[in-house]
Amino acid sequence: MIITKQDIPNFLDSLKNNYQVFAPVKQDNYTMFKAITSGSDAILDYSNSKIPPKGILFPQTEELFSYKVDKQGAHLEEKIDSEQKVIFGIRPCDAKSIALLDNVFNNDKYEDPYYLTRRENTVLVGIGCNQPQSTCFCTSVEGGPFDTTNLDLLLVDIGDKYVVEVLTDKGKKVLTSAACSDASEADKQAAAKTKESATVVSKVNLDGLKQKLDSNFYDEIWDSISEKCIGCAACTYSCPTCHCFDIVDEAKDCDGCRVRNWDSCMFPEFTIHGSGHNPRPSGKERFRNRVMHKFKYFIDVNNATACVGCGRCIQNCPVNLDIREVLADIQGSEARSVS
Amino acid sequence: MNNPYLPLPMKLVKNFTETEDKLIHTFTLEFQSEEDEKSFAYTPGQFAELCVFGKGEAPFGIASSPTEKGQLKFSVAKVGVVSTALHLMEEGATVGVRGPLGNSFPMEDLKGKNLVVIGGGFAFTTLRALSTYILHPDNRADFGDLTVIYGARNPGLLLYKEELAEWEGRSDINLVQTIDRPADGWDGRVGFIPAVVEEVAPSAENTVAIICGPPVMIKFTMPVLEKLGFKPEQTIMSLENRMKCGIGMCGRCNVGSQYVCKDGPVFTRSQLLELPNEY
Repeated sequence: MIITKQDIPNFLDSLKNNYQVFAPVKQDNYTMFKAITSGSDAILDYSNSKIPPKGILFPQTEELFSYKVDKQGAHLEEKIDSEQKVIFGIRPCDAKSIALLDNVFNNDKYEDPYYLTRRENTVLVGIGCNQPQSTCFCTSVEGGPFDTTNLDLLLVDIGDKYVVEVLTDKGKKVLTSAACSDASEADKQAAAKTKESATVVSKVNLDGLKQKLDSNFYDEIWDSISEKCIGCAACTYSCPTCHCFDIVDEAKDCDGCRVRNWDSCMFPEFTIHGSGHNPRPSGKERFRNRVMHKFKYFIDVNNATACVGCGRCIQNCPVNLDIREVLADIQGSEARSVS
Repeated sequence: MNNPYLPLPMKLVKNFTETEDKLIHTFTLEFQSEEDEKSFAYTPGQFAELCVFGKGEAPFGIASSPTEKGQLKFSVAKVGVVSTALHLMEEGATVGVRGPLGNSFPMEDLKGKNLVVIGGGFAFTTLRALSTYILHPDNRADFGDLTVIYGARNPGLLLYKEELAEWEGRSDINLVQTIDRPADGWDGRVGFIPAVVEEVAPSAENTVAIICGPPVMIKFTMPVLEKLGFKPEQTIMSLENRMKCGIGMCGRCNVGSQYVCKDGPVFTRSQLLELPNEY
């Protein structure tokens, strides 16, 4: 199928009748995904958003339930968001990150109704990346600029129009709102050519990395590799696969709500015990945990690397710590135990 | 979909000052309906998130045994915002309980075995649950000899004094109490847990040791157990790490790839030897 760029605003406006529509918009010089009020707010010439769209399914701050306690007892009211949503223009890396988050919020024992309800009601309309950025390394982590993992529709930009690949029934349903025409042979060829010419220059070598991490927990490499990190957590807040959160009460007396907020494993308070003991007391242990979580622990549990190669942690790090170099250093390190 | 974040409202029926220093209180909570109680089927070794509405929630080991119907017990040290608010709560107030969470002591595997329960100080809570469960007439015949070695810094810091006195009088439990230093009015044993375990010298044959206590106690008791012939798979421990969600999602309590909340808190020593030392 074909949809012209000119028709996109109308397409999004008509989707708004049945869905809450999120799309990339420009705000304060940043690209971010927001619920749009008009189809023309969506921008189509963007590389990727500063903050990943994961917050649409797992908001940075979210009320879990409200409560009121009186003489009769406690009255709770849960707040599950079951509104139908479309995320338009999500990049393949970020769509793949949602497949990884699915493992977290639907683990071997528990289901998170907040995330999973939104997830079930959300349609992912991806746009492939004709020009991957210099910090992108999706092809090294089982992804690619036109990877269809988890997408319902994939749009391939061939100039003034998109070739639409329908990947699921959910996607098909959404497309009924669009003024589509059939793709000609020439369009299909143009799409194929576009896909071929998109190159992800930057690479990381994951071969043998997991085996290395299986045995290097106590190695010296972690002392030096983490020295530069100032523990600001920019990497975790901008990471599409990070999922750590805090739970707090916001209340006046016994009338209030329980809220969850994004948190970060890079903060010392994250793991500190009531006794004052901290199992990850310094930047070294916290940095090691972050790398281990992405490239070992997540594989141990879910058989997948918890990194999609979006490069946001590289772009946003204030001290230029580059995960590609970190992994290369680990790969090149000798096993020297410090224990 | 069941919502694991919603607490069950329960009534605080007793707020009891457990220790002489007043820092540990035991809270007895009552289920508000039979349905609620059914929804909270638990096994010794599990924990729950206890919540004070308006302040927040925090995880605590369940100190009661499922054989004690209609209620739950938690012994809580006054440390932070939630525990302080709990300590100040009046009897009759409503609190929230979310759980049961985590795995438990492997009760099925323990059947037919002799048990050596070793506890230090305030870490005796889930061990009380375990011992009380085993001592129940319905369960006692399922297990072999029960030895409980329990120590505290001084007599005033021992938890559950009335029950300890009752256990002393029973023939189906060998209770060994100890305190760290001599104290007025204490004519029992004096000595640190590792030394006392060495003295008591339980046989490792067909026996499982279950040990909870401060890290320093664990550290020095392990070599004693090894010397007595306890293999790592015969030694069971319960970990604590900072938690929020309690269901393996919020990311803070992991030790390696294992979440203490969801995959633990109970691990055998052989399992822990495979994990990094981040606890």
